[in-house]
Amino acid sequence: MKALTTEEIRAVIARGKLRDNLFKALGIFCLSFALLVIVALIADMVIKGSERFTLDFFLNFASRRATQAGILSAWVGSLLVMFVTALAAVPLGVAAGLYLEEYAKRNWITTVIEINITNLAAVPSIVYGLLALGIFVYQFGFGQSILSAGLTLALLILPIIIVSTREAIRAIPAMIREGSMAVGATRWQTCRYHIVPYAMPGILTGVIIGLARAIGETAPIITIGALTFIAFLPPAPFAGEPAAGLFDWVMAPFTVMPIQIFNWTSRPDPAFEVNAAAAGFVLMAMVLSMNAVAIYLRYKMRKNIKW
Amino acid sequence: MNSTAMSLKASTDLHQVSDRLSFSAMRNWKERLIEAVLLAAAAVSVLTTLGIVYVLLSESVRFFETISIIDFLTDTQWTPLFDDAHFGIMVLVSGTLVSSFVALVVAIPVGTVIAIYLSEFADSRVREVAKPVLELLGGIPTIVFGYFALLVVTPILQVVLPGLPGFSLLSAGLVMGIMIVPYISSLSEDAMRAVPMSMREGSYAMGATRLYTAIHVVVPAAISGLAASYILGISRAVGETMILAVAAGMQPNLTWNPMEPAATITSYIVQVALGDLPHGSIGYQTIFAAGLTLLLITLVFNILGQWLRAKYRENY
Repeated sequence: MKALTTEEIRAVIARGKLRDNLFKALGIFCLSFALLVIVALIADMVIKGSERFTLDFFLNFASRRATQAGILSAWVGSLLVMFVTALAAVPLGVAAGLYLEEYAKRNWITTVIEINITNLAAVPSIVYGLLALGIFVYQFGFGQSILSAGLTLALLILPIIIVSTREAIRAIPAMIREGSMAVGATRWQTCRYHIVPYAMPGILTGVIIGLARAIGETAPIITIGALTFIAFLPPAPFAGEPAAGLFDWVMAPFTVMPIQIFNWTSRPDPAFEVNAAAAGFVLMAMVLSMNAVAIYLRYKMRKNIKW
Repeated sequence: MNSTAMSLKASTDLHQVSDRLSFSAMRNWKERLIEAVLLAAAAVSVLTTLGIVYVLLSESVRFFETISIIDFLTDTQWTPLFDDAHFGIMVLVSGTLVSSFVALVVAIPVGTVIAIYLSEFADSRVREVAKPVLELLGGIPTIVFGYFALLVVTPILQVVLPGLPGFSLLSAGLVMGIMIVPYISSLSEDAMRAVPMSMREGSYAMGATRLYTAIHVVVPAAISGLAASYILGISRAVGETMILAVAAGMQPNLTWNPMEPAATITSYIVQVALGDLPHGSIGYQTIFAAGLTLLLITLVFNILGQWLRAKYRENY
């Protein structure tokens, strides 16, 4: 091998540095492209939808006339469905995470459950819709109700909550458990008074990310047959004549924000595009603020906890 | 635990023990009950899987009693709601594969470049900002992306490609690709950051540049993680629904050309669900047969992914 002169070595180094910098530029370009998409998305919806950001838009029902149409039934529906989803998914997910981390013995049952949770996370969301259509809507007879939709989304986000619960619990050092048990606490008391409270920020992060995912999900809810045109609200408890029961709203037909947007987007009349943009912005604002809270919580958690 | 409780209970009979300790048999009972309840919660995930398999199989079996499985796989038309009904699933599969291909052509290079940049080049401040921003991109509801594809991206593409119709697999696929970028970049970056520093230092010590080290040392070492992230990207693309339902049109069309509109498996299910098909009709059963096909496709990719991971796994 021939020895290189100083100039040649400098040229080799310069070439290497140039390539490094070119790649760096490419990386920054790709990253800013992703950023640009978010900005373009939001800017487009704000500009197009700005004329609809009035109180009426939030207080009107869907209408055949674009300028009078609003998102009242959609946002109320989304909130109620989220309420059912949270009520079902949070206890189930936290309990399952707690079981897998604190109770489960290393046997085949545990292995089956763990593999299952990993695989469920990869199942397309529309398949959950088919599951719900077959089981909740027809077998259980819940119909196309808020209950069916809430339970469907609960199953969908269960893996997210379980995984984040497990991660949060795993971060708690063993000495906490040993200390608790050494003073005579049972396993459950240890979980109830130590593990769950200490894991709370992590669990909460998972719950918020899960609910943010659920509130934007469209496909499974369309699949169970949610209606796209709803011009009434679910019955409020004890209101109306005859008075509605406390839980009558659970079985009511409903619509949600993403379905309303889908409906407006797929209409040929461009006047509805404005509504779709405005509703899309409202939905984005909901999802992004939930995500922002989760990111903030995680950031604080990383700063505060030192075992 | 059990034996202590038993002996405590025994000792209550013999000596005078404080009330709090004599309570322990009851306490033991409660502990077991709680464990059973928690196990039941964990079992819900298994029940979900069984439920999915049961629903898809039972409806599909009824479907295949009427339609032969050979017709289902070989017919070149998909017209289940017409009088002259044809059930060729390949029509829908072609739409799914073409749109997924377009999405991956965008997502895999962009996602990988971002991952390499963040893990090997960017300083920690950039990373701290970029990761949450990418997460936000991944958190945007797909219906919003659908709106974006149909009303923003398609008009822009039509300027560049004048023949492009209002609905196309191309614009839906491109937006789907952007949606998948964060999944790929975040998982790939995790995989590359898990490669031990000593390997990079070894490479730098030999005079390699950052880029050379990234491509020839870090990427090969993290390849199983990269493969896993690509597989996840493929599953997302195949299962994506709303972007396609909004921006690709819902016309069944056996095509391999991304410039055309076409229905995919998922957008067909949406289309049927929006209509009013009676429970138990053949049209109702088609969506379960289509769903089963979709699940099998994602399953194949996931098994492939697990196999790749096991085959190329590097341990340090």
